[in-house]
Amino acid sequence: MSEKVKVTIDGITVEVEPGTTILNAARQIGGDIVPPAMCYYSKLEGSGGKCRTCIVKVSKGSEKDPRPMPKLVASCRTTVMDGMEVMNITSPEVLEARSGVVEILLINHPLDCPVCDQAGECDLQNLGYEHGLQKTRYEFERRTFERIDIGDKIQLHMNRCILCYRCVFTADQITNKRVHGILNRGDHSEISTYIQTAVDNDFSGNVIDVCPVGALTDKTFRFKNRVWFTKPVDAHRDCPTCKGEVTLWYKGADVLRVTARKDIYGEVEDFICNTCRFDKKKTADWVIEQPTHISDTSVIASNHYETMKPLPVIQTDLRLQQANKVELEKTAKF
Amino acid sequence: MARKLLLEHINVPGINTLDVYRQKGGYRSVEKALKTLSPDDVVEEVKKSGLRGRGGAGFPTGMKWSFLAKPEGVARYLVCNADESEPGTFKDRYLMTHIPHALIEGMIVSSYALGAKTSYIYVRGEMMPQIRILEKAIAEAKNAGFLGKNILGSGYDLELYVQPGGGAYICGEETALLESLEGKRGNPRIKPPFPAIAGLYGCPTVVNNVESIAAVVPIINDGGEEYAKVGIGRSTGTKLISASGNLVRPGVYEIELGLPVEEFIYSDEYCGGIANGKRLKATVAGGSSVPVLPANLTLKLANGDPRLMSYESLSEGGFATGTMMGSGGFIAFDEDQCIVRNTWNFSRFYHHESCGQCSPCREGTGWMEKVLHRIEHGHGKMSDIDLLVDVSKKIEGNTICPLGDAAAWPVASAIRHFRDEFEWHVREPQKSQQTNYGIARYAEPIVSGLKQEN
Repeated sequence: MSEKVKVTIDGITVEVEPGTTILNAARQIGGDIVPPAMCYYSKLEGSGGKCRTCIVKVSKGSEKDPRPMPKLVASCRTTVMDGMEVMNITSPEVLEARSGVVEILLINHPLDCPVCDQAGECDLQNLGYEHGLQKTRYEFERRTFERIDIGDKIQLHMNRCILCYRCVFTADQITNKRVHGILNRGDHSEISTYIQTAVDNDFSGNVIDVCPVGALTDKTFRFKNRVWFTKPVDAHRDCPTCKGEVTLWYKGADVLRVTARKDIYGEVEDFICNTCRFDKKKTADWVIEQPTHISDTSVIASNHYETMKPLPVIQTDLRLQQANKVELEKTAKF
Repeated sequence: MARKLLLEHINVPGINTLDVYRQKGGYRSVEKALKTLSPDDVVEEVKKSGLRGRGGAGFPTGMKWSFLAKPEGVARYLVCNADESEPGTFKDRYLMTHIPHALIEGMIVSSYALGAKTSYIYVRGEMMPQIRILEKAIAEAKNAGFLGKNILGSGYDLELYVQPGGGAYICGEETALLESLEGKRGNPRIKPPFPAIAGLYGCPTVVNNVESIAAVVPIINDGGEEYAKVGIGRSTGTKLISASGNLVRPGVYEIELGLPVEEFIYSDEYCGGIANGKRLKATVAGGSSVPVLPANLTLKLANGDPRLMSYESLSEGGFATGTMMGSGGFIAFDEDQCIVRNTWNFSRFYHHESCGQCSPCREGTGWMEKVLHRIEHGHGKMSDIDLLVDVSKKIEGNTICPLGDAAAWPVASAIRHFRDEFEWHVREPQKSQQTNYGIARYAEPIVSGLKQEN
């Protein structure tokens, strides 16, 4: 079964391995046809399917069975079939449903971006900016939770949580002792550690990186600076526990925080250990490599070294290459 | 007297014991199936019978069985879904309380057909008396040699276990049920893979409702073709209906599918009409999840023909003028009942029971509940009504499991059919707290060319 299957997403055909999900096939094409994902995380087994922002329309099931799928499907958990045709941004139905999901995700979100450390690198902020309404129709008091202290390294703001379960999967799969899970049901569900035990594990800090919103943030970076005023630099060190490849966030000569390196979809390349993340905050601890690449669309790029470049395209595709060329010419003029 | 297949001997004293049940012809189907039929023959009989799932969705049981993957060397499971917790549905509890052996007999035959060596009955945690009844009945059956090793000398082994549920409505969704049965938090799984491929402990599994499994017994006894003669069209056989609300005689009734709704409500054989001489205002025909219908559309189709109790007739006209068979929880409302209050009540239930896994259902059910609460208590706005329709549309179809749909349908349908009552609540906030809207025009005959919304 190593024969590749063909899938067409928004009119662009790509050949992928059988068993690939629609979302990953779209990521092989790249560009703005990639559905947004708030809960899916390629490095975490079992993640995805929950936030419903990545829903797409399957207008043709497969070559064998060309019937369309009756409902919109979660692209992160639906595998491609040979000859499948998928509509994402070309389907008004999908865009409408997605903006509905965004609205629903935001009704109980406190929208405290001005005081949130995640602002500027928040997936929900980006999503709301692209799809959300400017005004909310929700006129009730937003849901709040009791504050829970989960240790001196990680700050939990349950009010901001969108219950993507990513941190639960991280706690399950990366760390060897689970002290972190979901309590209660429905919209009372909350991320918690049982009996408020401190999350102490060498890799527990990774829950900060996987969190798409500001629910889990770095206590050592808390209220230090806005992310767009800091400059990210790739660096590494010889670490006995992890690979030691990280991004340092500088303000002047000070390292304000250390995170794992993230790809263009906001997923970490390698999980890092707590020593690297919380304790090594001097330039002398690290070997500096280069400025981190930041997507032009990110607010962090406004203060960055790199000049403007067109969006990267991973898969060679004639149509996209053409589009890229046009983009490049525009940039040159600019 | 209409034909009864499941509740034929319900009034025989001691029918809950094995001896009396055997005297009335019990366990004939086990003997017939295990001694004369091959497992595939049993599946074929069920397919021929046209039996449709009695839990709510109405998926043909025989088809479901034939989808079961049968890889070599992998265990297969049959799980009976007795987590009956839909508001308005209580038929399975009745069946398990009074004729527990009917379920056990059905489980043995069904397990044999599917090749399952271990089967589970997942009973709602609140039904502790029924769990004890089932456990006693299983012990009796085991003593008589209908369970255990080498049943009736056929070489077929089966162990049957009763599992008390975790006490959540969501555990009635088949994949959440399997998660709960495995001892995990009862969150629905993301499909595919379907349970027929990877279900309980990752093995192929069939999950069936109590009534579906009990219906296998008459199918094997009389043959699938004979069973298919009962009922109407593609709705074959009999169905247990839990009738509740403002009826003279609420209770569990076994009806032959195809019975006119009017006869079911008003005839003395069944519910005996509306209590206290009042008039019917609205019904929920299949448990709280299905669309609510005004009296006129309950009794008649949009074209004026009488509506029948069958899968097709109840859903005739789609959601614009129809509803669904659902699990058979028939709730009748008389002229004094407030549809807004009832919709809010249902909405509160779904808000409370949402598992919290996927966002549209987790946040949307709470939002609808709050808006409905506001309208019901006289603080609503006109724009709230359209807001509710919009929110329900955004939940429907965008969730992992059908709970989102089930939460959205009652709200959307209540507004579709009873919009003037909602508007009255907004317009007359004080009056709506003291009196109710009454029957209005909901029982008037349908004029042709009914306004089609949606």
